[in-house]
Amino acid sequence: MELFWYLIIALVLAIFFILDGYNFGTGIIHLFLAKTEKDKEVIAKSAGLFWDFNEVWLVAGGGLLFMAFPTFYASIFSGFYLPLIIVLWLIIFRALGLELRSQFNNQMWKDIWDTSFGVSSLLLALFFGVALGNVVRGVNLGGIENGVSVYEGHYFFLPLWNSSFSPLSETPGVIDWFSIIIGVIAVVTLAIHGANWIILKTNSSINKKLKNVIYRLNILLLVLTIISLLVWQIVNPNSLDNFINKPFLILFPLIYFSGLIGLFFIKKIKKDLYGFMMSTLLILGGITSSLASLFPVILPSTNEINESLTIYNTATTEYGLSIGLGWGIFGIILVIFYVIIQKKFLGGKIDEMDYGH
Amino acid sequence: MEDMIFYDRLQFAFTITFHYIFPQLTMGLSLIIVYFKWKFLKTNIEKYNNAAKFFMKIFAINFTMGVITGIPMEFQFGTNWAKFSELTGGIIGQTLAMEGLFSFFLESSFLALFIFGEKLMGQKLHLLTGFLVFLGSWASGYLILATNSWMQYPVGYEILENGKFVLKNFSALFSNPWLLPAFLHNQVASVVTSSFVVASIGAFYILRNKNLEYGKLFLKTGVIFGLVSSLLIAFPTGDLNAKNVAKYQPAAFAAMEGIFETEDAGAEIVLIGQPDMVQKKLDNKIAVPNILSFLTYQEWDKQIAGMDQFKKEELPSNIPALYYSYHIMVGLGTIFIAIMALAVFLLWKRKLYSFKPLLWSILFLVPFPYIANITGWYTAELGRQPYLVYGLLKTSEGISPNVSSGNTLFTLLGFVALYMLLGLLFLILVGKTIYQGPTHQKH
Repeated sequence: MELFWYLIIALVLAIFFILDGYNFGTGIIHLFLAKTEKDKEVIAKSAGLFWDFNEVWLVAGGGLLFMAFPTFYASIFSGFYLPLIIVLWLIIFRALGLELRSQFNNQMWKDIWDTSFGVSSLLLALFFGVALGNVVRGVNLGGIENGVSVYEGHYFFLPLWNSSFSPLSETPGVIDWFSIIIGVIAVVTLAIHGANWIILKTNSSINKKLKNVIYRLNILLLVLTIISLLVWQIVNPNSLDNFINKPFLILFPLIYFSGLIGLFFIKKIKKDLYGFMMSTLLILGGITSSLASLFPVILPSTNEINESLTIYNTATTEYGLSIGLGWGIFGIILVIFYVIIQKKFLGGKIDEMDYGH
Repeated sequence: MEDMIFYDRLQFAFTITFHYIFPQLTMGLSLIIVYFKWKFLKTNIEKYNNAAKFFMKIFAINFTMGVITGIPMEFQFGTNWAKFSELTGGIIGQTLAMEGLFSFFLESSFLALFIFGEKLMGQKLHLLTGFLVFLGSWASGYLILATNSWMQYPVGYEILENGKFVLKNFSALFSNPWLLPAFLHNQVASVVTSSFVVASIGAFYILRNKNLEYGKLFLKTGVIFGLVSSLLIAFPTGDLNAKNVAKYQPAAFAAMEGIFETEDAGAEIVLIGQPDMVQKKLDNKIAVPNILSFLTYQEWDKQIAGMDQFKKEELPSNIPALYYSYHIMVGLGTIFIAIMALAVFLLWKRKLYSFKPLLWSILFLVPFPYIANITGWYTAELGRQPYLVYGLLKTSEGISPNVSSGNTLFTLLGFVALYMLLGLLFLILVGKTIYQGPTHQKH
């Protein structure tokens, strides 16, 4: 039952990164590449129509995590206190940027909120990557100092950084060179994903140019991926064990690499959906591979004294998990139904829609 | 340690107070929007459709603010109240996760369709999407109240050896005797706020002599919804809630009513007075004998336990704040009934639109239903102190053991600054929408 909920929550969070991920990416592209007012407006709108629906996936994922794995929820939210509050600020400024830009027809007003949307999106992508880096690297569970736990074994508290910026130090911070590399990978991946969304969803004048941008970013991503695979082994030496013991898990890295390779053909293939599907594979494969390499651990311990958090030592009771299953499945069927309805009415290119304003 | 608890509580209180400005309007207003839209379908008079669309704009601004101030609430369960989350997540996680799945998805999916889809969907489907947004927002209220009711009156749980609360009986969470009265009271209160907002925008247009047709429509709709909801807030919903507190949290009941000493021949109801916690009495008290016993038990001389009957640690930790919250809520509720009853009477006499003193009163009363809603929540929350889970888990046992007070103060200061900006932007946007009026067309 723990495994089932683990898979459900992983799926919900992966969908969040795929859906809100294109919003973050759209923000990044908007910040650097949208020049004319018409492009800016339509690109902002392609994100603005959907951000709150996309964000619900995060809220729902958080809620399900709280219900199924309360100890894990309590541990990571308090342990990553400051970075999470920063993420909250960024989420707020991202939303303000999208919601406020068209409220007044004034250039300065629009510039302020465009920047707010773009910069927050960029930093959100970075922070979510950094978060993944932290989960892979592990934390000092129990806050060990001189061989003694300062808190109960499943609590920790991470500063934003320590002066060495090294993931290998005894008390690493949130930001170190490893988590920054993962953060940059997230930024590049989501920028590609956002560019694909703009191509899919709008007729903006930069669509052609974006295919070139995607191609070049993809080369960068390939380089970064290779680097990260090398340093990954240094930071988390056990990360290949699962793939060796259970070879079917190799499916997940294959998903990632098929997306990565597929994107090199973006200029040849005319269909707008193609690129978006490829970057979706990229995100899906990236997240699932990372999780699969850790399983059943969900937060590794960097010390010998306190054991890592797993789906088994943080879950609630069997009864709670199985009750949740009943309404959970019902709820997910409803959500799929909403998505189909939304697609029916809000599908297609943004600039060709007639909202009846 | 004391500092940690204080800042964690202050941050939660501040952020939830600010957050609750927005959902209380969206919950009530969605009902009124559905009413306007339904009226348009029935009569085919364009005015009603424009009214629905106008309030949809105000709804959308509130909804956005509600979403972005709501996410910090979910986060804080984990960031600042980690121990509470760890110990009770197996229970309240159920209702909170259900809120995400059943309410937020519904609201966010259909809100986009309601705002953008009128032409794409046709009128009947448009009404349906409006109704679904209403349903989603009320489902959210229901599940939050289910969560809170469990904290006020825990049911269906089992405590394990390691101190964790785990679910024993899922359906008990929803048949909790605390839940239904609290839910209805809360929802009707949100309709009171929305009625005042609708009526005061109407009064504003009439006083300004602009958008008169809409001014009259809004005022009329607002005061009718307002009278009905103000009456329901007192009876039966408020009455049922007070009886629940008397039954399940007698110490909190004594404190909120300001009864220091038990009277054998029936308890008086305190209207005004300032608690003196040293002398254990009320200063400048105005009270009516025996009324409280009658209201609570329908017996004039029934004894009600005063604060002298409880040990210090059983009593709420901040008695004056609880007492004031409750009395402000009740006092304002009484004023709302009087104002709305007068307004409906004048409407019936066809004098409402020209009776300026009342129009000005309605216009300026708009902050007060917000205050009443929030002090109502303070009454519930302060009454539960010093517990998070009544009688079982102390507030001091629920905070994150690993987050220092310095970090919490830092983020609290940040929230204060950020929310001042949000409040300012909110006022600008709502003010602009009201100023432009219902017939304003986007370029």
